[in-house]
Amino acid sequence: MSQPSSIRVDLQLIADMVEPGGRALDVGCGDGALLAYLVDFKRVDARGMELSQAGVNACVANGLSVIQGDADTDLRDYPDSAFDYVILSQTLQATREPRAVLEQMLRVGKRAIVSFPNFAHWQVRLRLVFGGRMPETPSLPHKWYDTPNIHLCSIDDFRALCRDMKVTVERSIVLNRNSRPINLPPLLANLVGEQAVFMLRRD
Amino acid sequence: MFDDLTDAESKALAQCRHAILGTEQPMRLDCGVDLGPFRMAYQTYGTLNADKSNAVLICHPLTCDQFVAERHPVTGKEGWWESLVGPGKVLDPARYYIICVNVLGHCMGSTGPLARDPATGQPWSLRFPVVTVADMVRAQAALLDHLGIPDLFCVIGGSMGGMQVLEWAATYPRRVFSAVPIACASHHSAQNIAFHEVGRQAIMADPEWKGGDYRQHDTAPARGLAVARMTAHITYLSEQALQRKFGRALQNRDALGFGFDADFQVESYLRHQGSTFVDRFDANSYLYITRAMDYFDLAAAHGGVLANAFKGSPTRFCLMSFTSDWLFPTHESREVVHALNAAAANVSFVEIASDKGHDAFLLDEPEMFRTLSGFLQGAAGARGLRNGS
Repeated sequence: MSQPSSIRVDLQLIADMVEPGGRALDVGCGDGALLAYLVDFKRVDARGMELSQAGVNACVANGLSVIQGDADTDLRDYPDSAFDYVILSQTLQATREPRAVLEQMLRVGKRAIVSFPNFAHWQVRLRLVFGGRMPETPSLPHKWYDTPNIHLCSIDDFRALCRDMKVTVERSIVLNRNSRPINLPPLLANLVGEQAVFMLRRD
Repeated sequence: MFDDLTDAESKALAQCRHAILGTEQPMRLDCGVDLGPFRMAYQTYGTLNADKSNAVLICHPLTCDQFVAERHPVTGKEGWWESLVGPGKVLDPARYYIICVNVLGHCMGSTGPLARDPATGQPWSLRFPVVTVADMVRAQAALLDHLGIPDLFCVIGGSMGGMQVLEWAATYPRRVFSAVPIACASHHSAQNIAFHEVGRQAIMADPEWKGGDYRQHDTAPARGLAVARMTAHITYLSEQALQRKFGRALQNRDALGFGFDADFQVESYLRHQGSTFVDRFDANSYLYITRAMDYFDLAAAHGGVLANAFKGSPTRFCLMSFTSDWLFPTHESREVVHALNAAAANVSFVEIASDKGHDAFLLDEPEMFRTLSGFLQGAAGARGLRNGS
């Protein structure tokens, strides 16, 4: 086997959470980078769902199993526990009903892996509090009027939702602006972390 | 049963292979009739490899036939899917053993209403049993048994061919490694049945049809069949395609003729489509094949739940639809995708932007070729099929 090709660091972290040989669904799989990695290097039976037709076509032309679909509406079609992992990377904040999407993910998958930008990052706070403007940061690059991110949350918000949903957080990794994992107490992590990756499981 | 061929059948059978099936045990059709013996005409390209793992079955649509990638014995035109099948193409005979079977009820060599009823020695005509898409697929499976081909690397087809692909995957999941249903649906819509009915009524309204016994009267309902073809042909195109191709351009004239000749190019085009069709297609066959499509309803055959048709399916699916196809619109493909997801099947789905309407699947659509090539590459890897083996 050849050496693993390089993928984005946050995708690599997600890939590392996936046990080899299982079944995974990547919701919002984009151009299929994570899917291809899971198939090629982890022998995972990996499927994808992607909103943009261009992304879907690119994936399928690369031999990946991907359909056009919407996290908000199309997870309902899958049976219970159809996958070992359902992955949602950098997409939760763009869904219409994040809580319902998480519920569907945990119904369809035995585990859910979710990554999202932290809206409580210090740069975001500074820009809003002192700049008086909607935050624009490397992980949130859009203007307020054209952002797809309609349900932003902080790391602590997400933890609170997990508690509320009675979902077990199996693992959580907070990343700094270079997408390197950082190990800090929760209060500080919520300030310094630019994004987070959570692995959840139903109780 | 096997003499008395039409000119077209003779030419077809001289240029392809055929097998006589159902001699020992007749085949039970959906309508309850036992059919046998019957003839299946088919064409092959490439060579079956030693472990019989490279067979690809192409299911042809309503008005195409087994001559996929060669000059047609009757029309002299190039094969209907030569853009896809051939040396260096996505389906390369150097790699795959490609089979295309003339469907049951058709008129290019397989048994249909043109043949004689072995029981009476009389031409079947309208006494031929009504066949279904499932019957067509059953007959293809019987042919593969006869040829000693246990399973298929891929079953692929568009339109009615796509219906056969879905039927194959539902009925013989263990024999279908990958399935590519293109521009099709799990059932024929009311609108599609309606258009077919117009075509059938045109044929039956032609006085030369003679209750279906036109061959005995040495005639043919050519005008009725031509009108049927003209109507159907419109449904294969799109408004944009018609506008782009013809607009309101006049045919060989500078001004309106104030009569009912083909003033407009679009009229002339349709008339040409109609008149050339009758040279290669049998009117009764047209009735039977359109009926088979109308009757197709995969969910109904599985307790009303489409997902049941694919429960536990090991097949890898790739569905494709086209944005301007109003005969089999994208939402109908998506319905199949939803059902496949509900059955946790391995499925890819691509909608391809094209303004060429339903016919897009027969035309040069690079996005379709790219998708198909990628999908087959992935499936071949999973099957352990080597390049060029």
